Amino acid sequence: MLRFIVRRLLQLIPTLGGLSILLFVWLQRLPGGPEYALLPDDATPEQRAELRESLGLDEPVTVRYLAFLRRILEGDLGTSLATGRPVTEEFLTRFPATFELSVTAMLIAVAVGVPLGYLAARRRGTALDFMAVGGSLLGICTPVFFLAFILKVVLAEQLGWFPSAFRLSPGLARTDLSGLVILDGLRTGELDVVWDGLLHLALPGVALASIPLAVIVRMTRASVLEVVGEDYVRTANAKGLHRNTVRTRHVLRNALLPVVTSVGLLTGALFSGAVLTESVFAFPGIGSFIYEATQTRDYPVLTGFILLIATMYVIINLLVDISYSLLDPRVRAQ
Amino acid sequence: MPTTPSSQNRSEPPKAPETADTADGRAPLLGRKAARVDRLAELMGGREEGGHGAGVWRTALDRMRRSPMAITGAVIVAVFIVVALFAPLIAPYDPVAQTWGAEVFPNRSVFVGPRAENWLGLDNLGRDQFSRMVIGARQTLLVGVVATLVGFGVGALLGGAAGASAVLGGRWGLRVDNAVMRVIDMMLALPTLLLAVTVAALVGPSLTTVMIAVGVAQVPIFARLLRGAMLSQGSRDYVLAARALGVRKRKIALVHILPNSLGPVIVQSTLTLATAIIDAAALSYLGLGNPDPAFPEWGTMLADAQRFLSSAPQFAVYPALAIIVTALGFTLLGEAMREALDPKLRK
Amino acid sequence: MSSSTPLLAVDELSVVFDGHGSDEVRAVDGVSFTLEEGRVTGLVGESGCGKSVTSLALMGLLPDRGVRVGGSAVMRLPEDRVDLLTLPQRRMRDLRGSQLAMIFQDPLSSLNPVVPIGRQVTEILRRHRGLRGSVADREAADLLDRVGIPDPKRRLREYPHQLSGGMRQRALIAMAVACRPRVMIADEPTTALDVTIQAQILELLRDLVTEEGTALLMITHDLGVVAGLCDDINVLYAGRAVETAPRTPLFSDPTHPYTVGLLSSIPRLDAPRGEPLTPIRGSVNDNIAWSQGCAFAPRCDHYTMECLQGPPELVAVGTAAGVEGGGSGGASAGASGAGAEHVHRCVNPVRHADVADQPVTESPAVAGGDEEEAQG
Repeated sequence: MLRFIVRRLLQLIPTLGGLSILLFVWLQRLPGGPEYALLPDDATPEQRAELRESLGLDEPVTVRYLAFLRRILEGDLGTSLATGRPVTEEFLTRFPATFELSVTAMLIAVAVGVPLGYLAARRRGTALDFMAVGGSLLGICTPVFFLAFILKVVLAEQLGWFPSAFRLSPGLARTDLSGLVILDGLRTGELDVVWDGLLHLALPGVALASIPLAVIVRMTRASVLEVVGEDYVRTANAKGLHRNTVRTRHVLRNALLPVVTSVGLLTGALFSGAVLTESVFAFPGIGSFIYEATQTRDYPVLTGFILLIATMYVIINLLVDISYSLLDPRVRAQ
Repeated sequence: MPTTPSSQNRSEPPKAPETADTADGRAPLLGRKAARVDRLAELMGGREEGGHGAGVWRTALDRMRRSPMAITGAVIVAVFIVVALFAPLIAPYDPVAQTWGAEVFPNRSVFVGPRAENWLGLDNLGRDQFSRMVIGARQTLLVGVVATLVGFGVGALLGGAAGASAVLGGRWGLRVDNAVMRVIDMMLALPTLLLAVTVAALVGPSLTTVMIAVGVAQVPIFARLLRGAMLSQGSRDYVLAARALGVRKRKIALVHILPNSLGPVIVQSTLTLATAIIDAAALSYLGLGNPDPAFPEWGTMLADAQRFLSSAPQFAVYPALAIIVTALGFTLLGEAMREALDPKLRK
Repeated sequence: MSSSTPLLAVDELSVVFDGHGSDEVRAVDGVSFTLEEGRVTGLVGESGCGKSVTSLALMGLLPDRGVRVGGSAVMRLPEDRVDLLTLPQRRMRDLRGSQLAMIFQDPLSSLNPVVPIGRQVTEILRRHRGLRGSVADREAADLLDRVGIPDPKRRLREYPHQLSGGMRQRALIAMAVACRPRVMIADEPTTALDVTIQAQILELLRDLVTEEGTALLMITHDLGVVAGLCDDINVLYAGRAVETAPRTPLFSDPTHPYTVGLLSSIPRLDAPRGEPLTPIRGSVNDNIAWSQGCAFAPRCDHYTMECLQGPPELVAVGTAAGVEGGGSGGASAGASGAGAEHVHRCVNPVRHADVADQPVTESPAVAGGDEEEAQG
C-alpha cells in the first residue's frame, strides 16, 4: 500500500514539472514580457528595469526557469496586480470559502445522484428512469452560470427564500477558527451561524452541483445496470441471500467503483464551475477572485491559480486512486 | 396413448402430398428430394433477414432509427444546421441595425416583446431579436465545429501515435506512448474551462480564441479515448493474425486497428459539439468571447443578457434555450450512437 | 404414479422470452424430467438449446420481466411439496442455498471480485444456518477443506482473483454444499477449467452425491462428462428433449440422429489414425420451429417429408414418433415418472433395422451414405 502511494507520488513529479515549464513559457510569451505581466500598467521604466534585474531576466533561460521553480516551491506566486497583495496570501484567505462550497456541491451530487441513479437503473424504462436520465442530460446541457442566475433571480430575489450573495448575512458575529463557517459554527456551538451559512451555501451549492450530479446519476445508473447482469449477482441470488444483502454487498459495492473514479475527474469541472457560480453569488472564494482576475488580466493571479488547480486536481485524483485501491482488491494486487 | 407409429408413418407420405404437391408426391426419387428441400427452405425462410453479416455501422444505424432518443437528437441537430447554414436567408432583418432603437429604453425598463414584425421582440438596443438568434446559430455552429475539429485533429494525432506505438512499436514504442501520455495527463490536470481561460488570456478575447481554447481543452479527452480504443483493439486476435501473416506494421495500424477504434472517437465528437457550445457560452460570460457585436453569438448574447435578467428575462431565455436545446440535440445523438455501437447492448 | 414420488419432478417446463419488437423466443419448450436422491441427471446439448435457461427457471433466477414460465416443477420438501415455478420470491429465497443450490459455469465471474472468499462463504451460513462470527469462520474453513482447498484459513481472507481456476470452482462448490442442499444444479461446472482439474472437480461432485445423497442435475455439452458422471441423460435440442435414456442404453444404443451425431463427433482414442471426426453440420441457428416439424431436420442426414409435417412426439424407443399435425394420433410422452425409460422424439429413428420403408431407402440419396456409420 505504502509503495503504491509512493509510486503515485513519484508519478506526479513529471506532470507538475511539465506544467511549470508550460507556465514559465507562457509567462515569457506574455506581451511585453513578464515585467509587464507582473507590474501594474502604470509602472515606471525604472521599476521595470528593477524587476528585470530582480527576476534575473538577463540570465540564461535555464537559470531563469530554475529561479522560477524555486519561487513556486517556496510558495511565492507573485503579487496580485489588482489588490497588491501576495497571490499566495489571497488564495489562503479565500480558500476555505471555496472549499466549503465545493464540498457542499459534491455532497449534494453524491447524496442525490447515487440513490437516484440506482433507482433509475432498478426501475429501468419507467417514468422515474426517464426523468432521471432526461434531467441529467438537461443538467449537462445547461450552462452553469445561467442556472446560477436563474436560481438567484427566482429563489433569492423574487421569492426571497434564500440570501442572494455572500457567505454570511452582514453583521452576523462569529468566532473564526479555521475559516470554515459551518465547521467553526458547529465547534463553537453558534448554531445561528451554521444555519445562516447553510442558507448561503444552498443556492450556489445546488448550481455548482448540477454537472457533477448529472454525471453521477448517469454513471451510477449505467454501472448498476451492468453489475446487475454480472454472474456474481446471480450467484448471490442463487445463495438465497436477502435482497438487501445482494443490493448492498454485491451490487452497490461493485457499481460504485467507477463512480468513485468519476468523483475525482469531476473536481476539474467543479473548479471551473466555482469560478462561474461564485461570481454570480458574490461568494467570497477563490472563484470570484479569479473571475475578477480574468476581467482585469491579473496574470500573476491566473498563473498562480492554474498551478494551484493543477496541484489540487492531481492530489485529489491521488486520493481517489488510493481509496479506489482500498475498495478494489484487484487494483491493490498490481 | 402409445400407438404403433410404424404403420401409421408408412401411410403418411402418400397422405401428406395431397395438401401441397400431389404430382411431386408420386414422382420418382429425385422429385421428392427436391420437394423436401423446397419444404425445408420454405420453413427456414423468413429468418434469413436480420441475421449476421450486416456491418457494425449498419446495425448501429438500424438501431438508431428505432430509438426515439436518436430521432429527437437528429431532428434538433438537423434544424440547427439548416438554420445556421441558411441564416442570412432566414433572418428577416439586419442583426446589427438598431432599426427600432427609439422604442427601447433599458434604463427605464421599457422593452419591446414579441410582435408581428419582430417575432421575438427587440433587444436592449432596439435590434430584431429573431434575426440575431438566427445569425447567432451560424456563429455558434462555427465555434462548435471548429473547436471539435481542433480537439479531434490534435487529440487523434497524439492518441493515435501513442496507441500505435504502444501496440506495435515494441520497447521504444512504449516509451513514446509513455511520454505522450504524460503530456496528456498534464493537460487533463487542467480543467477544460481553465485551460480555455489560459489560452484566451494568452491571445486576447475573440471568437478565434474561444474556438481554439475550447478545442485545445478537448485534446486530452480525444487522445486518451483513441489510445485506449487502439490498445484494446491491438490485443485482439485479428491483429496478431495480421502480424503473423507479415503485414507491415504501419499498414496494420492504419488499415486494421485505426478504423476499428474510431467508434468511440466519433461518438465523442458529437458529444464535444455540445460541450463546445456550452463552454463557449461560459467563456463569453467570463468576458473572453467575441467582443464584436456585428457577429452575434448565443454565448455572448446570454452573457450580455445577465444584466437585464430581472427586468427583461426574455433576453437571457432565448439564447439560453437555444444553447440548451442545441446542446441537448448533439448529446442525445451522441448518446444514442454510443448505445447503438456498444456491443454489450447489442442484440 | 409410483409409491415414492421423485424428489423433483419437472413437468412440461417451458420458458418464453418476449422479443423486443420481434418474435418471442421459446427457449425451453415442454421439457420434463425427474431428479432422485443420490442420482445424477444430465441435460445435454449444444449452446443455445435451453439447458441453462432450464436451470435458471428451476432456481427462480430468470428476470422478472419479459419472461413467461410454464409447466410445473414439484419438489418434495421434508414438510410438504411445493411447485418451484409458482412459489413466491420470498419463499424461493429461503429455499435457494439451503434446499436448492447451483454451481455456475465461469468461476471467476461468478464470484464477487471485491469481497473476500471467506465472506462469500460465511454469508450463506449466516443466512440459512444462522452461524455468526468465529463459528461461521470455522465452518467455512471446514467447507473449503472438504472440497479440497489446502490451507483454508488463509484462503478465507483472499479475494477471487488470488485463487486459481480450480480453487475458485471448489470455493463455489463449497458455497453450494454449505447447507447440504437436496438438489444441486451444476451448469457446465468444468468448461472453464483445464482437463486435470476437470476430472478432480467431477470426482468431487460424484463424491458429494454419493456421500450426501444429493440429487445432482448436471448441465453440459460434454459427452465425456456425461459418460463419467450421469445416471440418466436428457438430450435437448432447440428447447425440447429429443432423447432420454439411462447412461448405458444412450451410449450403446442411441436412436435420435442428433444424439448419434453428438456421439460420433467425440474424438476416440481407439479410432484409426487419420480418421476425420464427423461433426454435425450447420449450427444451432439452422433450425425450424417445432410447430412445423422436427427442429433438427435442417441438419439431419435422415430427414424425410414426414419430419417436416408437424412436431414429432416423444415416444418409447422401438416405436417411431407420430406427428401431431399429421392426424396420426401421435403418442403422448409414454415415460411417466422415472427417467429410466428410453424415449426419443423422432419420426425416423436411426435404429430401424426392422423396418425397410420408403423413407429409409431414400435416405442415402440425400445423405450420401452416412447411414451405415450411424447404424454401426
